[in-house]
Amino acid sequence: MNSEQLSVNNLANNYLWTENRGLWTENNSTMNSYYFTEEHKIFRSSVRDFLKKEVTPYIAEWEKNGEIPRSIFLKMGEMGYLGLMQEEKYGGLDVDFWYTIILNEEIARVNSGGFAASIGAHPYLALTHIKAQANEQQKEKYLIPGIQGKCIGCLAITEPSAGSDVQSIRTTAKKEGDYYIINGSKTFITNGVNSDFIVAAVKTNTTKNNGLSMIIIDRTTSGVAATKLNKLGWKASDTGEISFDDVKVPKENLLGEEGMGFFYIMQHFVLERLTMAIGGTAVSKYALEVTLQYMAERKAFGRPINKFQVLRHRIAQMASEIEMNQQFIYHLCQRFQNGDYLVKEASMAKLLSTQLSDKVTTQCLQMFGGYGFMEDYPLARMFRDSRLGTIGGGTSEIMCEIISKIIIDNNTYSKTI
Amino acid sequence: MNSYYFTEEHEMFRESLRTFLHKEVLPNIDQWEKEQKIPRNIWKKMGDMGFLGLSYPEKYGGMNLDFFYDVIFCEEVSKMYSGGFAISQIVVQYMSSPYILKHGSERLKEKYLPGIISGEKISCIGITEPGAGSDAQNIQTTAIKQGDYYIVNGSKTFITNAVYGDFIITVVKTDPNAGAAGVSLLVIDRNAEGVSATKLNKLGWHASDTAELAFDEVKVPAENLIGEEGQGFYYLMGGLQLERLTGAVMGYAACEEALAYSLKYMSERKAFGRPINKFQVLRHRIAQLAAEIEATKQFVLYCCRLNNDGKYAVKECSMSKLLSSELSDKVMYQCLQFFGGYGYMEEFKIARMFRDSRIGTIGGGTSEIMIDDVAYQSAAKDPIYKKTTSNSNPQKEKNIPTNDEINLNHILDKIQAGAEKAKPLGKTLKFDFGKEQLFIDGTGEKNKVSINNDDANCTIQISYEDFNNLLKGKLNPMNAVMSGKIKIKGDMSVAMKLQSLLS
Repeated sequence: MNSEQLSVNNLANNYLWTENRGLWTENNSTMNSYYFTEEHKIFRSSVRDFLKKEVTPYIAEWEKNGEIPRSIFLKMGEMGYLGLMQEEKYGGLDVDFWYTIILNEEIARVNSGGFAASIGAHPYLALTHIKAQANEQQKEKYLIPGIQGKCIGCLAITEPSAGSDVQSIRTTAKKEGDYYIINGSKTFITNGVNSDFIVAAVKTNTTKNNGLSMIIIDRTTSGVAATKLNKLGWKASDTGEISFDDVKVPKENLLGEEGMGFFYIMQHFVLERLTMAIGGTAVSKYALEVTLQYMAERKAFGRPINKFQVLRHRIAQMASEIEMNQQFIYHLCQRFQNGDYLVKEASMAKLLSTQLSDKVTTQCLQMFGGYGFMEDYPLARMFRDSRLGTIGGGTSEIMCEIISKIIIDNNTYSKTI
Repeated sequence: MNSYYFTEEHEMFRESLRTFLHKEVLPNIDQWEKEQKIPRNIWKKMGDMGFLGLSYPEKYGGMNLDFFYDVIFCEEVSKMYSGGFAISQIVVQYMSSPYILKHGSERLKEKYLPGIISGEKISCIGITEPGAGSDAQNIQTTAIKQGDYYIVNGSKTFITNAVYGDFIITVVKTDPNAGAAGVSLLVIDRNAEGVSATKLNKLGWHASDTAELAFDEVKVPAENLIGEEGQGFYYLMGGLQLERLTGAVMGYAACEEALAYSLKYMSERKAFGRPINKFQVLRHRIAQLAAEIEATKQFVLYCCRLNNDGKYAVKECSMSKLLSSELSDKVMYQCLQFFGGYGYMEEFKIARMFRDSRIGTIGGGTSEIMIDDVAYQSAAKDPIYKKTTSNSNPQKEKNIPTNDEINLNHILDKIQAGAEKAKPLGKTLKFDFGKEQLFIDGTGEKNKVSINNDDANCTIQISYEDFNNLLKGKLNPMNAVMSGKIKIKGDMSVAMKLQSLLS
């Protein structure tokens, strides 16, 4: 059996795992119904069918190529998946947050952190900034084709010497007449090579709030260059280093106001962390699922390895931790949906969920023995892809900094915009 | 913050309970810990305030409130820096008396519940014996019926409230040879002749009295039987959810208190010229603990919601007890560290919290027992697991036998004979084999069996093969339920009587 068969099998048989764990009474089949309606469930199965048909068969190839084709953005755009949270007038579906959760959970089951990152960075990082801060003209130009998947974006904040410490960003945007002249470089940018536009954090002339501003830079502008980076995992995503050499950007490309960049970034971090938390737990869940399947088939000393108590207890411990994280995240998602500003909680969820996914993928790989180390089986990729979780989108240490400021120093954060 | 679960009324209740506890309990707790005894009048005071019997029916003096009041009760009593105080309260309200409420006769309820709710009576639950704990079907204490009495012999251990309590809900074997089917619950008065208790000396939980109980030819009126003979094991299984859930609430509530207590200390304590809460390593440790406490709490509250909505969630509740009690050990250990040498001194309450936490992963079923239950339900019995044995959709098809030879007529007589001997169910029950059905009408004087496919109070989906194994005694009904071989829809209480119907 190879990984392809394993996941196809899985998808073919599927009934939704989340709704069917160890259930033996009618009552339990309504398990997640506190959050998911029938419509949500239908959406889930349509997403699953779509991914099974359009993504899963090609994922090994994309991993090898180090990028995903533009056609998949178009197909997902046609399905409406890139505009779930966007207004209808721009071509979005404007549905509740649970649809976004479902999409992210299902994408995690494709078993490619790179695919998830590429397909997520566009709507949840780049378009989130456009949605919130862009004016009508900008939305016309970037949001509408963005939702259709015709025009792909990336978010460029991190630089070689500044990541979560956004105040120390050095890329400058000097105003000259009707233009900004941009110089500097960005790194670790998902979709950094193949995207059509870059939502970049830059320092403008203003002294207000350190001068941090957000600006849209078209890829084709003269002076923009990108190099693809070679990574431990997330192979299917094109992660790039981008350099700006006297890049001339029209002043109407500024997003929102000058000097407000820091607040925009902070505000959107909540969604980013929440989606990373959702993804981390969904990956853990899927890892456990394929592992259970393997353990039922694999025999040692004359019995399936799922009969060995030590392994059973390890499975039960992980299942408990996954379930706990899942319910914690759903609880936060509900609060997010209701408009609460969850700086502390989203940081907590991202911290725990990505730590959990490292733990689960490590332990699940162990269950596969030597096969776990083989690329024919799903755990090898899951393991290396998981490793970025505690780093990307703010490291675990940054999460702890935020949490400790809130609970020890009683700092409070509120939506400033 | 918690507004999805707690309303303003809940919070008002919390406020008044907390005010009471801070006035009546907190100032005395060190004394009680030292004396290893909680004065009886504290129960009475709590009863007078209306803090006891929150979700019990009004008929017995209760308030008939929703489960989240109980959650608040468990949280707040767990924040008195004394696990012993918390458990002695929780055992009465949530771990022992509910068996009388759920399964006891009206007579028993009237005799015992009003006292529990007014705080005049203190109860305990006697399950564990020197030779059997969570393995309740192997207990040795016997209750042999003689006329209108049971004669009880045996011993129990690790029983909270057993020295100063008034009555013990005791797990006994009314049929010593019958395994799980011989287990019954009996209410035994603490001062009945032949009952004696020895106080045990413990690592922590000093304020609670924990005892070994001996029963020597104790004569217990037959009317003290809770529910039916032979059903005790199933009653206990039915009580696991609540017991584990309250254990989980105790765990995270104590963690919250320990963290708040530590944060206060850390803001006052200075090292190298600044408060120790400014050291990054300690701050990150705090942040990690806070995140884990918050996640655990929200998970436990989600399980509380399942419980409040009347859902069967033993798996989830086992998970929550496992995680919450393990977290508590971790939190207490690390919080004690923040206090440095003072953490080791009885002058600070963290020393006590540390030792009190240690029983969390043991009492009410060890972590290993929790994990066994979770493994059983989530791994071995997961539909995903079963998918590997059949390539079709297991959830929908696993209970539909492919065997075309089903012929119920030829076994109908046999079942009819057995069903007639059993007590009438009082309700209707249907076995659904997919293509054929077996309908038992238990509303008359005798159970009547037919092959009608009528609507029943309770429907049991089972394969024909498994059903045959049940009849032959090869398959234990409770195990079949736990393993998913039997699926029950509708009135669970009918299904509980399956054992009597089949034996």
